Amino acid sequence: MSIFSSKNFKLLANPLNLENPVTVQILGICSALAVTTKLKPAIVMGLSVIVVTAFSNLVISAMRNSIPPRIRIIVQLVVVASMVILVDQLLRAFVYDVSKQLSVYVGLIITNCIIMGRLEAFAMGNKPWPSFIDGVGNGIGYAIILMVVAFIRELFGSGAILGFQVVPQSFYDAGYINNGMMIMPTMALVLVGVIIWIQRSFNKELIEKD
Amino acid sequence: MKNFSNTYIFIFSIVMVVVVALLLSLAAMQLKPFQDKNIEIEKKQNILASIRIKSTVKDAVDLYAKYITDSYVINNKGEKQEGVAFDVDLKKELGKPASERVLPVFIGTLDDQTNAFVMPLRGKGLWGPIWGYISLQPDLNTVYGAIFDHQGETPGLGAEISTEWFQKPFFGKKIFKDSTEFVSVKVLKGGAKKDDPHAVDAISGGTITSKSLEAMLDSCLIQYKPYFIQTRHK
Repeated sequence: MSIFSSKNFKLLANPLNLENPVTVQILGICSALAVTTKLKPAIVMGLSVIVVTAFSNLVISAMRNSIPPRIRIIVQLVVVASMVILVDQLLRAFVYDVSKQLSVYVGLIITNCIIMGRLEAFAMGNKPWPSFIDGVGNGIGYAIILMVVAFIRELFGSGAILGFQVVPQSFYDAGYINNGMMIMPTMALVLVGVIIWIQRSFNKELIEKD
Repeated sequence: MKNFSNTYIFIFSIVMVVVVALLLSLAAMQLKPFQDKNIEIEKKQNILASIRIKSTVKDAVDLYAKYITDSYVINNKGEKQEGVAFDVDLKKELGKPASERVLPVFIGTLDDQTNAFVMPLRGKGLWGPIWGYISLQPDLNTVYGAIFDHQGETPGLGAEISTEWFQKPFFGKKIFKDSTEFVSVKVLKGGAKKDDPHAVDAISGGTITSKSLEAMLDSCLIQYKPYFIQTRHK
């Protein structure tokens, strides 16, 4: 099997749209609400999740034939937890300000259903390389939604993108006010809802029959 | 699915845990110097901010060396003690009995050559610890600057203590009445009177955090009272 066969490409591309972990499988909503007030933490959170899903998928898949089924959930948790601690330590060492903004949510990647879901559903039954790609794909699927939500929230909530003021002062002088609602987690949920709506209107097969 | 014996499961778990423990402790040890550096820079930035000097991660160390000209530790009778002010862990000190605590004082020299005395603060908020630094003018009565931060106060409510609109009104407030009676600065629900030199406005919806902050100011600063009075008379 070549490194990027069409089958592998599907593993990467499907989670971006038709099998998106956030908007289709509705997983990982909690952190999507919490870390999306600004774009920068959302990007770092997205990258962290990509790294954790990809590498835990890789490790679990490589070990899958030697993991005793009776303790497989514990083994998965240990692997995911160590990955998360590693990522957390690295963030603290090299992007301290972002790691402070993400605070407990980095640690909570452990409980992100996307990761355990992919380990159980994919990595336990597939070879390491496809599993790695599957992890990257699902991580990106999660990260994209986070970034879209964070982009809109930062733009309308703080008038800035990545901390740079983009709404000019003349707007404020003319009476424009940042939307305080955008800072509240509620708006993140509404935005995720809107994204799901738009996505479904483009992909009719996602709409439930009844 | 293969059947694994209990012995295998036990050995597997033990090996896994040992490997993971080794890996993580190795990573933690390697990254510790970087993390400590970050924490040190943040502390320097906070101290600088309390004497109203803005700094970035890059210039904080240089600015700190330039503006913070002296620092020492004292006890609650105002006597100087052995120790390095920057290394004092206030959380640990507050856990000790009052008479055994060492209290850090940082002295900043501003651009106009006047001094500002910086005291660290620490207390309990609504959800977790709150902390900060407050600086006094050379009369050791008037607040020169203040900065507060928190771990997990409610965003939009209690978390507002870390914003400028809340901190600015502290500037110019007085912590002593008639220069001898310690009254601290009150954080008043419903708003402080405009000309009240000992009170600022509380945060609407953040009453518990506001009250905790008031308690933190009072309990931390009162320990310095003997020091303030002695130093003033020098």
